Amino acid sequence: GKIATVKSRYSTSEKPNSFEDITKYNNFYEFGTGKDDPAKYAGALTTDPWSIKIDGMVDRPGTYDLADITKGVTMEERIYRFRCVEAWAMVIPWVGFELSTLLKRVGVKSGAKYVAFETLERPSEMIGQKRRTIPWPYREGLRLDEAMNPLTILATGLYGDTLPNQNGAPIRLVVPWKYGFKSIKSIVRISLTSKQPESSWNMLQPSEYGFYSNVNPNVDHPRWSQASERKIGGLIAKRQPTLMFNGYEKEVAGLYKGMDLAKFY
Amino acid sequence: MTSLVQSLNSATRKIPAWILYVLGMVPVAALTLQLFNGQLGIDPVKTLEHELGEIALQLLIAGLAITPLRNAFGLNLIKFRRAIGLLAFAYVVMHLGVWLFLDMQLLMQQILKDLVKRWYITIGMFGLLLMIPLALTSNNLSLRKLGAANWRKLHKLTYGAVLAGAIHYVILVKGWQLEPLIYLAIVVLLLAMRIPPLKRVRLV
Repeated sequence: GKIATVKSRYSTSEKPNSFEDITKYNNFYEFGTGKDDPAKYAGALTTDPWSIKIDGMVDRPGTYDLADITKGVTMEERIYRFRCVEAWAMVIPWVGFELSTLLKRVGVKSGAKYVAFETLERPSEMIGQKRRTIPWPYREGLRLDEAMNPLTILATGLYGDTLPNQNGAPIRLVVPWKYGFKSIKSIVRISLTSKQPESSWNMLQPSEYGFYSNVNPNVDHPRWSQASERKIGGLIAKRQPTLMFNGYEKEVAGLYKGMDLAKFY
Repeated sequence: MTSLVQSLNSATRKIPAWILYVLGMVPVAALTLQLFNGQLGIDPVKTLEHELGEIALQLLIAGLAITPLRNAFGLNLIKFRRAIGLLAFAYVVMHLGVWLFLDMQLLMQQILKDLVKRWYITIGMFGLLLMIPLALTSNNLSLRKLGAANWRKLHKLTYGAVLAGAIHYVILVKGWQLEPLIYLAIVVLLLAMRIPPLKRVRLV
């Protein structure tokens, strides 16, 4: 159903990709490794009821119903650039709210330095999980300051409507200055930790996928040059130069001051 | 089984090899049509690139299967091998063309870097280079000039080319995906069936 939203100053003025582009071209290995698999198979996923277990170093741990999490929260339209590590890009009009809103509500204990996330593991509805392409459940993580950055959102909608299953329904993370695989989908667990959490692609191929995975044209992925990207849309996706931090340098460069980004990739 | 092989052999005797060139171009026509009808998905260039590459690999495997099929089953398809090989080369060249022109959009600096830095691209390109002398000598004149023994020796480069193609596919995908691994397994099997003890195994 339609979601009432307010506009956000963090939205790009670039024209969003079509609803079709965004919903028929997905990496969501829980439903298969093909780009069109999620659109084909994600319909089987039950997204209601849905709850998120919030645990670790928080004042109010517990299993929260999705309705509780979104109750009284102002939903914003956030039109973000989205950049996959495979060097393709889109512009996506998400609907969501800042992750910091939720983290403040549950109370982050001092000493917590990272936020860990987990995707649902339910092979009966997620056919891609019948094979161990990835050690399920899918895991991701952020440093606490990254998680608290106003650009980091939990999205529950797309194009002003409920999030389609293939895009990570009912609730997913969106971290627009990082490669897309950091933006974990269909979240069922959020944990505050003092140690850097595991992340799935990093566990699989640490030489290729770092914990940070910030979009960076100067740090090459062993498989793909990150210097340019293909903007999906139309007959031939146009190549364009990759922007530092996917164009969000002003907002996030400060988070990495003094860090060697080639080392912490 | 023997009678099946016999009837297959006599059936294929009547089919001229040139028909393969016509059939071999059907996927190109179909893909072109689908491209302009918007039926190649959200990212048509990648679909085209992958389809052409996959067909090339399938043709390479088909060409590689001919000798083991004869050795193990007595099935004689040797007269089709040249057409299969040349079609495979044509598909590899189209696959490269789509990558250079439509995917990389001739960003030469990045292309050259990719060729030396990305293993799967290096290996794929190596496979293509191996196929050039094969394509150039796939005519009767070259066969006569080189002599049958030398020509056969030269055409063992096929083994490298097919293996390169299969490895290119395995390492270009993220994680360990099933399909490319199946292709690689078939290639390894077909190559193993040329090793002396296995070469003499008759299944029919």
